[in-house]
Formats: sequence, structure tokens, C-alpha cells
Amino acid sequence: MKNNKLMKWATTWPVIIYSFLLIVLPLVYIFIISFFQSDSYGGMNVTFTLKNYLMLFDLVYIKVFLKSFLIGGLTTLICILIAYPFSLCLRRQSEKVQSLCMILVIIPFLTNSLIRTYGWIVLLRKEGVVNSFLKSIGLIEESISFMYNDFGIVVGLVYTLLPFMILPIYGAVSKLNNSVLEASRDLGANGIQTFFRVIVPETMSGVVSGILMVFIPAIGYFFISDILGGGKLMLIGNLIKNQFLTARNWPFGAATSIFLIIITLVLVKLYKKTGGNMDDLGGI
Amino acid sequence: MKNWSSKIVIGLVFLFLYLPIIVLIVFSFNDTKLNILFEGFTLKWYGTLAENRTLLEAFKNTLVVAIISTLISTVIGTIGAFGLSRYDFKGKKLINSLIYIPIVMPDIVIGISLLAVYTLMRLSLGMFTLILAHIAFSIPYVLVSVRSTLEGMNPYLEEASSDLGASALQTFFRVTLPTIAPGILSGAMLVFTLSMDDVVVSYFTAGPEAVTLPQYIYSMIKSGISPDVNALFSLMLLVTLIGLTVYSLILFKRRVKV
Repeated sequence: MKNNKLMKWATTWPVIIYSFLLIVLPLVYIFIISFFQSDSYGGMNVTFTLKNYLMLFDLVYIKVFLKSFLIGGLTTLICILIAYPFSLCLRRQSEKVQSLCMILVIIPFLTNSLIRTYGWIVLLRKEGVVNSFLKSIGLIEESISFMYNDFGIVVGLVYTLLPFMILPIYGAVSKLNNSVLEASRDLGANGIQTFFRVIVPETMSGVVSGILMVFIPAIGYFFISDILGGGKLMLIGNLIKNQFLTARNWPFGAATSIFLIIITLVLVKLYKKTGGNMDDLGGI
Repeated sequence: MKNWSSKIVIGLVFLFLYLPIIVLIVFSFNDTKLNILFEGFTLKWYGTLAENRTLLEAFKNTLVVAIISTLISTVIGTIGAFGLSRYDFKGKKLINSLIYIPIVMPDIVIGISLLAVYTLMRLSLGMFTLILAHIAFSIPYVLVSVRSTLEGMNPYLEEASSDLGASALQTFFRVTLPTIAPGILSGAMLVFTLSMDDVVVSYFTAGPEAVTLPQYIYSMIKSGISPDVNALFSLMLLVTLIGLTVYSLILFKRRVKV
């Protein structure tokens, strides 16, 4: 019995210490900093001010947030529009093909995302593969600017985050009961009606899980907008990075992070409300 | 006819997913430094790769960070999963929600909050802070993976073991651990991958003397990347594919045995 007590002690304390030292402490500290005042030397004065939060309502920053939501929302929408047909088509294949295809979806994710983003530069730049191809078949004469603009960023984000949308949506779609779909058809629903009235409601928690795993990284990944957007466009991630490393206004960077955390928590709440299991988020 | 169109949809998605990868591999055999047109087959970039000290050093750092952080987070995550699923204690509910934070929080928040704490504690940025940061975001993934295997385990196995006179420690090592090994392995593989691939957290928590592969590439990406990076990428992909094949063969054999 005494042995058991020791076992309990030894197996619970490491994770308790970890949670407080590496999860709670950093977040609480960021929260505290967000009320400090930055000085002009990149340091912080220990005071209590709401200035950093009021700064979030500056027109300059509101524009950054709106742009982030637009780019993130567009990325998420395109991922959903690809993941649904893909999953529904994959459902029709044999089981062997299905598991092989899911492995093929995961493989790119196992390789370095930065190098893969570089692959898109090779493809999309002015003298890149796509432009050369279009010229050689005589479709265009002048190169098209595919990157250093919003288009390039959205392509890069969709490409990097698509597996995070396919996995949960496919997971939900593959669990759909065939007889429910047949019943819908027998009752006279066409394909579109079946999709919106049966498939979408039945797979909602998969979609919300995908939204959580795509939208949040999309507005936080600064490196894709840096590389494929040419640094012109600032997303929330770029803003936070700049405040911490370049502008060295940590309190404002911290306040922006708190804003990003709140958006995340709202989406998590939504995910739980649609019946999502938190463990599934860690399974990717 | 319908099956044809669904195969086309699947094919198009894979074309999109693999196009940049194929381009990178093809250009690793290209006889010119500019990744624009294919001008002839060569293996010379695989040769220059062996001489590119900075690149190999960055790769080595990435590998060291991934291996150490995977080992430590796998041990702590497994122990924690056992504790959280087998024992009740004060504040267990709180810990159970805290561990999801690193999974759902954006990488950038994890990165800057750890940077802030490191600065507060006057830790200078380097390999240590980098490994600690990777452990911080890895533990929950292992924990969740192992816990779900633990909860799927037959509870009478452990009971039988202790009824037969085994101590708690003996039961853990002789009964529990072998049974949950697949959960531990898949958790470890996941966090190893996350660590190798991480750009954002490393960006804030590594100092100038601990350059990792993503940082090396990031610093070169605007001025243009030399094709030996393509060569390294192709080799890494090859190793990944071999690892994946071996892993699925082991799983397959296990299934056949049972």
C-alpha cells in the first residue's frame, strides 16, 4: 500500500510541476506584462496601464486584424472547400486505397514546412516553373506575379495547413452511416440537399476542429506571409513578432498576444459546444 | 463514370500537395545553381552538401534538439498519463485542462511567452532554452496519446498482476508499459516530427549559437537557397519514407501475430 502512495506521488508531481512552470508561468507573465508600460529603450516600467489594450483599437492595428481575419478566413474556407469533396470522394474508394491516401496526406506534413514553402517560391516566382510553363505553351507572354501578394500568402497557407483540415473532416465523413445517406436519397433529397441537410450537420465537430487547427495558425504563422508575401502584408503573427524582436515594445506585443489567446479560446469553446473531444486535437 | 470523377478530385488534391516536393527533388539533380530550368542531371549538390559545414551543423542541432526533447517529453508524458488516469488528486481537473493549452495555443504565443520567462530568469538563449521550449510543447501530445491507450487497456490486467503479488512498480514495468507501448511510440513519433519541423517556437527561443535547420533556411530564403538544401531535403524525405515503411511493417506484423 505504501508502495502505491509512492507511485502516485512519482507519477503525478512531474506533470504538475511541468504544467505550472512551462504553461501557467509563461502565460501569466505575458498577461502581467501586457499592463506594463514600455520605455523608449526597449525595456519595461512596472506600472498598471490599459494603454496597450487601447492601442489595439488604433486604425493601423485594426487594419492588421481585419486583414488577418480576411486572409485566415479565406484560407480556412478554401481548406474546407478542398477537404469535403476530397473526403467524400475518398469514402467511395476501397479501404486499402483509403488508408494509403491518408498516409499520402500525412507525408508532406512530416517534411520541413519551411523548405516546402521554398518549393512554392521556385514554382510561383516571376521566372519560376509555373510562369515558364504557361509561357512555353503560349498561354501568357508576360510573367504573372503569383507571389509577394495576397495570392501567394493564401496558396502557402492553404498548402501548409490543408492536412489539418483533411484529417478531421475525413475522420468525420468516414464515420458517416451509409444507410442515413441512402435514407436521405430515398426520401427524395438531391445530392446538394443531402450534403447540406445530412452530411454537414453530422460532420460539424470535424469541421470546427479543422477551423481551430487552420484558422489560428494561419493568422499566427509569420513566416509564410514574410516569405510569400514579401513582408508587405502584416498579419497578427508578424505584428507580435515585430513587437517582441524589432520594435521591442513587449507590453504591446503581450496585449496583442492576449487578444490572439482570446480568439483561440472562443474557437475552443465553439469546438466543445459542437461535441468535439479535446483529445482529438492532439491526435494529428 | 462516377468513380472516375472522384479519382480525378483525389488526384488533383495530391498534385497540389506534392507539386512543391517534386520540384524540390527534381532540382536537387539539376546541373545549374538557379532553380529555374532543368538543364541536365547531376549529383554534385549531394557532394557539396557534405562540405557545407553551416548547413550540416544546423541539421545536427535540429536533430539533437529533436532527439533529446522527444526522449524527455516521452518519459514525462508517459509518467504523467499514468498518474492522471490511475490516481485522483486535488487539482486534477485543473491539470487536465492546462495540458491542452500547448496543443491549441498558437505557436507564436508559446514562443514569445517562453522568451519572456527566459529573459525574466536571465537565462541566455541557446541549446538549453531551445530544448526546454520543445519539451514544453511536446509533453501534452505524448500525454494525450498515451492516456488514450491507457484508458483502452483491460483494467483487470493490472489488478491480476497485483493480486499475484507484483508491486506497483513491477506491475507498471512488466504489465502496463508493454501494453501501452504502441501509444508511447506513436506519441514519440509525433513530437519528434513536430520538433524537427518547428519554425516559430525555435525562432524566439534559440540564440545565435544554436542555429537550427529552419532558421538557417529562413535566413537564406530571400537571397536564394543553394541546391544542396534541396539535396538535404530529398535525403530527409527518403529517410522519412523508409522510417514510415518500417513502422507500418512492424504494426502489420504485430497485427498478423495477434
